[in-house]
Amino acid sequence: MMTMIIITVGLTLISLIVDSKKTIKGIKKGMMQFLKILPTLLSVIIIISVVLFFISDDLLKEYLGKEAGALAYVSAAAIGSVSLLPGFIAYPLAGILIKSGVSYSVIAVFITTLMMVGILTIPIEAKYFGLKTAIIRNTLSFLGAILVGTVMAFIYYLI
Amino acid sequence: MKRTLKKYKFDFPIIIAFILFVGISYYFNYHPGKQIFIDNFWMFLKEMIIILPVMFILIGLFDVWIPKEKVQKHIGETSGLKGILLVMLLAFIQAGPLYAAFPVAYLLWKKGCSPTNVFIYLSTFTTAKIPMLTFEIGFLGLKFSLMRILITIPVFILIGIIMGRYFKKNNCKINEV
Repeated sequence: MMTMIIITVGLTLISLIVDSKKTIKGIKKGMMQFLKILPTLLSVIIIISVVLFFISDDLLKEYLGKEAGALAYVSAAAIGSVSLLPGFIAYPLAGILIKSGVSYSVIAVFITTLMMVGILTIPIEAKYFGLKTAIIRNTLSFLGAILVGTVMAFIYYLI
Repeated sequence: MKRTLKKYKFDFPIIIAFILFVGISYYFNYHPGKQIFIDNFWMFLKEMIIILPVMFILIGLFDVWIPKEKVQKHIGETSGLKGILLVMLLAFIQAGPLYAAFPVAYLLWKKGCSPTNVFIYLSTFTTAKIPMLTFEIGFLGLKFSLMRILITIPVFILIGIIMGRYFKKNNCKINEV
């Protein structure tokens, strides 16, 4: 993240030196887009914050653990699709879950749906792509994530 | 003004309700409310406020500097496998949450990137960003990470192709917001 900020500052400076008018036009354009999407972003992260409150580590252990059996995959896909977690939270959490006995293949389904499917971010996606396209992309990604999880489970079963 | 209100007709009530909720939680020392605000909301807000303006500045600069012909030639309709590899490379080196990828997708599309490549970019962005992979390898191990990526790549290229076909067939477009 730091590198990205440094690169951006560097590029902006170079751009300013080469053509300051063009640079200001570009930055203005970018910032306008940011302001336009800001209210939707805020309301989505509010909803995610509230939903996350109800999904605790213990709840995850219970639903994704060994006792849950095959249902663990269903829970992993469902919870993964609804939640949205940044990587620096999701991976430590996945590490804890593995240690508490959740299998790697369940974690694969959880991580893949977490990344590829965003039910709560559909309002943002729909602003760009339209609702129908957003829903189709999320559905396909959901099926894709299940496929990835199944193949992972099969490989872990073999080795 | 009226148009703005209508455009965000779901967003503004949610934001106002949340502000009230947090305010009341603090006033009455209601713990779940404070926890939602500090542990969850604040964390997302920080991520968003740092990454997104940077993304949007890059998008703005890209918009004014990179000519359409260049984009079209390298990742447009006829770019084939090279185009796929290029958009994947672009996605690998980025950071940020899924919603940070949508404005980039819009810009790529506007500049002539093929819809298939736009969707491959989106999927790659979500599952295989290098900054994220370092976390994944650290917590889940290299074997898990490599396996997941190798299995995921063909799956999301396929999703990209399906979405691209659907997109063209229905004359869809990506909005600037």
